[in-house]
Amino acid sequence: MTYLAKPQLHYPALPVNRLGYTRRDYEGSVSTLCAGCGHDSISAAIVQACFELDIEPHKVAKLSGIGCSSKTPTYFLGNSHGFNSVHGRMPSVATGAALANRELIYLGVSGDGDSASIGLGQFAHCMRRAVNMVYIVENNGVYGLTKGQFSATADKGSKSKRGAVNADAPIDMVMLALQLGATFVARGFSGDKTQLVPLVKGALLHRGAAFIDVISPCVAFNNHPGSTKSYDYVREHNEAVNRLDFVSPRKEITAEYAPGTVEEVVQHDGVAIRLRKLHSDFDAHNRIAAMNYLQERAAAGEIVTGLLFEEPHPEDLHARLNTVEVPLNRLGDGELVPGPEALERVNDAYR
Amino acid sequence: MKPIEAVNDFVVKFANVNGSGSASANTLFARSVQRMGVPVSPRNIFPSNIQGLPTWYEVRVSEAGWLGRRGGVDLMVAMNPQTWDQDLQEIEPGGYLFYDSTKPLPKSKFRDDITVIGMPLTEICNETYVDARERQLFKNIIYVGALSALLDIDPNEIAQLIGEQYKGKEKLLKPNIHALQLGRAHALARIACPIGLRVRRADRVGERIFIDGNSAAALGAVWGGATVCAWYPLTPSTSLAEAFARHCRRLRVDPDTGANRYAIVQAEDELASIGIVIGAAWNGARAFTATSGPGVSLMTEFLGLAYFAEIPAVIFNVQRGGPSTGLPTRTQQADVLACAYASHGDTKHVLLFPEDPRECFDLGAAAFDLADRLPTPVFVMMDLDIGMNEVLCEPLAWDYSRRMDRGKVMTAEMLEAGREFGRYLDADGDGIPYRTYPGTHPLRGAYFTRGTTKDRYARYSEDGPVYVDNMERLLAKFATAKRLVPKPVLRRCAKPTRSGVIYYGSTAAAMAEALAALEGQGIHVDAMRVRAFPFADEVADFIAGHEAVFVVEQNRDAQLRTLLVNELAIDPAKLQPVLHYDGTPITARFIAGRIAARLALANVKPLKKVGP
Repeated sequence: MTYLAKPQLHYPALPVNRLGYTRRDYEGSVSTLCAGCGHDSISAAIVQACFELDIEPHKVAKLSGIGCSSKTPTYFLGNSHGFNSVHGRMPSVATGAALANRELIYLGVSGDGDSASIGLGQFAHCMRRAVNMVYIVENNGVYGLTKGQFSATADKGSKSKRGAVNADAPIDMVMLALQLGATFVARGFSGDKTQLVPLVKGALLHRGAAFIDVISPCVAFNNHPGSTKSYDYVREHNEAVNRLDFVSPRKEITAEYAPGTVEEVVQHDGVAIRLRKLHSDFDAHNRIAAMNYLQERAAAGEIVTGLLFEEPHPEDLHARLNTVEVPLNRLGDGELVPGPEALERVNDAYR
Repeated sequence: MKPIEAVNDFVVKFANVNGSGSASANTLFARSVQRMGVPVSPRNIFPSNIQGLPTWYEVRVSEAGWLGRRGGVDLMVAMNPQTWDQDLQEIEPGGYLFYDSTKPLPKSKFRDDITVIGMPLTEICNETYVDARERQLFKNIIYVGALSALLDIDPNEIAQLIGEQYKGKEKLLKPNIHALQLGRAHALARIACPIGLRVRRADRVGERIFIDGNSAAALGAVWGGATVCAWYPLTPSTSLAEAFARHCRRLRVDPDTGANRYAIVQAEDELASIGIVIGAAWNGARAFTATSGPGVSLMTEFLGLAYFAEIPAVIFNVQRGGPSTGLPTRTQQADVLACAYASHGDTKHVLLFPEDPRECFDLGAAAFDLADRLPTPVFVMMDLDIGMNEVLCEPLAWDYSRRMDRGKVMTAEMLEAGREFGRYLDADGDGIPYRTYPGTHPLRGAYFTRGTTKDRYARYSEDGPVYVDNMERLLAKFATAKRLVPKPVLRRCAKPTRSGVIYYGSTAAAMAEALAALEGQGIHVDAMRVRAFPFADEVADFIAGHEAVFVVEQNRDAQLRTLLVNELAIDPAKLQPVLHYDGTPITARFIAGRIAARLALANVKPLKKVGP
């Protein structure tokens, strides 16, 4: 059996959100990934984020490509439409889907094999085109489903399980996303849920191209000494530059912070994101400074995580194309088929 | 050699250098003949280049209304020294040569079996204009003026067309009219006008329109309700997407808000184009792409997904010469098999074959209904000949009682009422399953779309019987498609015959003329124009009803014939290929010649072999 439905047990004590849903209502089927896989923690973070933001599960469309990471949409949001497309092509499918109905939330889940190799072009064009979506790359530096080959994000000099040393330069998808104009760029670690859940929430609220690179160790093929994507290595080298908190507008800020260390950004629906700075020299609203900072810290061997850049007033593809407010998939004959006079004018123009 | 005498029945060919502004002058010439009520069929023969290489514009004038390419040239307007020798060779004996005589040419550069008409065009331009670009552009208009005198074309029709073109642009209107008069006056004063070729006013155009297939197909997409277009520039399909953009700007803007009821994305490549189309169609928008053979090659992986996951998509394939980059600016019908079976594994796709721009509009719009109804990819198989050339055809018409057929879409109300939903469930016995759009219902109707095998309820499964069940249903669906696609068009000849001919797409214009020519020779052939794949039962009946059937195509490998043999289990010996694939449009002379020769051969009783 290759499909496992999750048993719907009733836990009366589970908390419900404003829609009356429990966290269980945001789950999918049982994961078939390896025990301890970082990807399952990311699925759990997505479930948590959607539950906490009171998102109606069916208003999310989840899309993916091919690979271990791309299997995960089966394991969360079971009441959402999902689309497991072809290798490296999730971005184009998501672009089309987003054009057809601007009212849904588009959640694209991909991996480093899917997005940094065959899909690098589509990833790049999706970012520069400002598709209103959340684009998560579950980044483990390795091809899992084909058993342990290096991916394009593997660091130069990192060792494979079989002892081979990677000789090629790595692709840094965060740097690419920043350079290509993504308006929400973050890096998380699947082993740090308290950091990851708010990042996913921030991305879900963002109305533009939101990209999260999540380092997500592969327990089967890339969690050994010599790997730079293992749990141990990432924990040792993780430098979080900030922490996100979510504040409902009705609640007052009660905690005390040192001046200059907290910043609030109010989102389109009134929810405020509170950004607690952990590094006073890092500014998450300055794209160029963020790129410089990331380059410097990467050279020093640090893996910088947190919200790396956010444009508070993003523009998306629909705005650029000046499309109508009504989703295109809801327009009928009346709106789409020009009348008989228009047809006659067309014919006359060709005489 | 007696000069050719012909009224309303001749071929004029313009040999130009591309980028010299000749295209609009040549179109002006063609349209002026049309305005005199005489049908013309012009064809651009152009290189894959922007400036400096040879380009030709061939205009067939035919009061009888034959719109196929005739072959041969009666009047050559030779404006390109690079191709002089080749152009001269093409002129029919007794034909005419019109050339720029500013620079004297040795007698050896001419032929003595043609009438040579020289006019010092460069000299006239240099005397009249100072600006280099003006000298170039108006030279073209000057020769159109001269031709009006030589061929007895009403200059008022040309002036009228210039007026329409430059409406509100007085600055451009006046010098164009002046150049026209300059050329005409010069010809009338110095050359015996008219020559043996003449245009005489007739009434054979009527209400018909003069439109290229790419524009007509784009209009088909507008009327067909397409809202998403994703494309990548590729000759000869580029002008289709550009025409869609142009027409949408006038026809698809919300009058109250000024916002667009459409979205057009010029994608990074053909892979992304078809991906966007599939994503949009999956989410309930009507979406299409326009491409040519090389683009289809790139799209095949996604096409397999759309076939297997059952997602609508409309692909306009404006075919060009292949394989590889092949003949990028020439015409062929060589993607039939590549499209019919696009992608790995067992796949079959719906193909539509429009004969002219009017059918590009009709079948283009119909493709969206079919794609939604089935739901599956549908190809509109055009080609460069009808896509990029203006063709005289019936005006576009629309039945306003018609509504978009969005196919079997299960709504929130249906789900709420307890209707059983299985994304790949054959609910009605026609092989066509229901689908839901994302976001339809909070608890029902969601499913996972994937390229891997799944059961009737879209659940992942690699079980053999589950896989076979789904593949068999896809065949049942294809059988239903056979009943939904446009029917073939049958043309019975005057007398009962055992011979038939099958043809499709842009071959229609030459075929009509070929059939008339054959009939004139007493050769009777029934003809069937195939308009779609899967083949309707009428196609099999037609083949069964004739002893021998010619299959006329514009490719090397007889691709439609292969498809007929393969899909209808026809004895290959019964289907005789008639193939034209040098990149030029097929001609009636070619078709009639081949068919007449084969039938003559078949009727000859073998002679007794005489010793060596």
